[in-house]
Amino acid sequence: MSKMIKPYGDKLNDGMVQLSFTLPVKADLAEEAAKNIALKMGLADPHTVYHKDIGEGFTFVIVYGKCTHSVDVSKLKVTKVVEEWMGLDEVNEFVKKNIKRKVVVVGACIESDAHTVGIDAILNMKGFSGDYGFERYSAFKVYNMGAQIVTQQNIHLHNLTKLIDMIESEELRDKFLVIVGGPSINNKFAKELGYDAGFGKGTLPSHVATYAVKKVLSRMGKVKSKRKQC
Amino acid sequence: MNKLNLNRNKIAACRNYSKIIAADLQKIIDKNTTVSVERSILRLFGVDGVDKSGLPYPNILAEKIKEAGVLQYGAANVMASTMIQNRKNFKETVSLIILGKVKPLYVADKRNKQVVNRLSEYGISRVEKARKDRAKLQAKNPTGKGPWFYLIVATGNIYEDVKQARSAALNGANCIAVIRSTAQSLMDYVPYGATTTGFGGTYATQENFRIMRKALDEISVKLGRYIYLVNYCSGLCMCEIAAMGAMERLDMMLNDSMYGIIFRDINMYRTFIDQHFSRMINTQAGIIINTGEDNYLTTADAVKQAHTVLASEFINERLAKNAGMPEKLMGLGHAFEINPDIKNSFLLELAQAQMVREIFPESPIKYMPPTKHITGDIFKAHVIDSMFNLASVATNQSIHLLGILTEGIHTPFIQDRYLSIESAKYVMNAAKDMSTEVTFRKNGLIQKRANEVLDKALKMLGKIKKEGLLNALEQGCFADIKRPRKGGKGFEGVIAKAKEYTNPFEERWSLLK
Repeated sequence: MSKMIKPYGDKLNDGMVQLSFTLPVKADLAEEAAKNIALKMGLADPHTVYHKDIGEGFTFVIVYGKCTHSVDVSKLKVTKVVEEWMGLDEVNEFVKKNIKRKVVVVGACIESDAHTVGIDAILNMKGFSGDYGFERYSAFKVYNMGAQIVTQQNIHLHNLTKLIDMIESEELRDKFLVIVGGPSINNKFAKELGYDAGFGKGTLPSHVATYAVKKVLSRMGKVKSKRKQC
Repeated sequence: MNKLNLNRNKIAACRNYSKIIAADLQKIIDKNTTVSVERSILRLFGVDGVDKSGLPYPNILAEKIKEAGVLQYGAANVMASTMIQNRKNFKETVSLIILGKVKPLYVADKRNKQVVNRLSEYGISRVEKARKDRAKLQAKNPTGKGPWFYLIVATGNIYEDVKQARSAALNGANCIAVIRSTAQSLMDYVPYGATTTGFGGTYATQENFRIMRKALDEISVKLGRYIYLVNYCSGLCMCEIAAMGAMERLDMMLNDSMYGIIFRDINMYRTFIDQHFSRMINTQAGIIINTGEDNYLTTADAVKQAHTVLASEFINERLAKNAGMPEKLMGLGHAFEINPDIKNSFLLELAQAQMVREIFPESPIKYMPPTKHITGDIFKAHVIDSMFNLASVATNQSIHLLGILTEGIHTPFIQDRYLSIESAKYVMNAAKDMSTEVTFRKNGLIQKRANEVLDKALKMLGKIKKEGLLNALEQGCFADIKRPRKGGKGFEGVIAKAKEYTNPFEERWSLLK
């Protein structure tokens, strides 16, 4: 059964949204320009509630309008990495009982990426936001390789594809669970690139741990994964 | 100022330990040089430019000198010797060595010293001119009292950065930091020319420095308020970037004595030697350094590990002093990173900020905004940033890096910066005299917290003094990250000095102390 929805302000289906953006025009033109942009975005009755000259010929605006579009939520597919997260003790217990050996985890920033904060948050003993990192788990043997390379060039997204290509050309793809993470990563995107999973902002070490051990087990063929990965 | 009832004897003891810790390190620093120090000397002699493949001339020269087995005498001595023995001027000698037509050499000769001194005039006079130009501009266009608003631009295109910087300055920014391209700190050379397609920022190049300097000078005069230009003098080319910034009149440089070791896995010998010369250059150029203690708290817990920030500040202070730097140029760093869910988190932040202010009264303290607990909820981020603004004005911080509501989502949009400045202006005006009006309850939560952090820092420094800083870094004393002393990048670029070694800038500038 279809279920159409719109943004909600204070009445169902009023479609109210707030926008803020900058236009490369002086203030005298900005109010009208902002309204027209909003109309083209599909917002009815747009109001520029605030505008301010912020220098160099730019004007900041805040606009409200009513979204004329709606979506059918019954047709949406949502990707979830796993159904329920386990904590540190549960993961350790799960591995002890089911996998019966340590799961080896190798972490690194690839190519010229030197930002180790994310990989450290997941792997280092201390973890992130009160959630212990992989080094604290008895279930894991962790190699954190950090940032690798003295860079000569810029980072591109193709680094991510390149890694997968390399693993595939060495015919090792089936031997690894390949997981990517970062503030601009999501699970869908990661899968499109050929990764097993992707973790974005707000990920805790226990999230990655839960996913990893369950997936390793299903790969080992001992248990079929209950949920199909979409 | 003693609003926190801090134990002065303990502060003195911390300084005393740091002095011993730094003295140990100074022995290593004095005995060695690095490829980066020698390339800085070449840059201060006026060597600039790149070959067809983009390799900088200072790198090619230093490499040829190293290959010839004479780098231990210092690039200055070698250049002078090669000039004298081949009867060529400096320019000719540089291109002959680069083309491989002349082999760099060292011959002990009385005339060397005279030639070295003449060559060093280029750098000395350019650095002096930059310092005098700044003083003149500042006298006419005073920056005013802090907290100074420090904003970043990071479009990856220096010309786009200029627009954003000018807009930020118009709205009230005092300092503009041009964010560096991702991972430049791991490059063992400094790129050349203007950047238009950087990733996450632009490269620190001499040309980018010039472009932004010119734009900020124009806007400084227009606004009657001198705008500080900030860049990053860190990583494997720390002291080369210092030399370039000193010549192009940068005003602030991120320059930490340990950041590269801990967060970039750069070799510790290399880093300690490089930071010493870079701080000498910054001192001479009147450049304020910003140390990187805030980074500890992005990985370690801001309550449990607050003392590591203080301990590191004492060490950074002492190492800067050893390079001849006055306190007014030491922008020691810390951050507002306590989990906002903790009860009284704001009071704990106040305690830590006031503590740093009181322990380093002459230093232009650099206060960093919340990042770790900013979730993508831009509205909540704006509120937390406002609390950070309040903590800053209430404790009289000097360099205030504005928190941006879109932290962690993207590099700031032009309106993000505007909103951030609006909040800071409002809060800091509304609470302008709070630092002199409000005192803290005797033995209350705030006083107790500050004294507790000081106690722990003293204990930590005592331990480091006993074991040595290199061992402490191997054990992971800072940010819980362990680094082996011979590991990390750039160790192969450390060279023991020969008896005849000379660094004319170090000699000249240490006489001025």
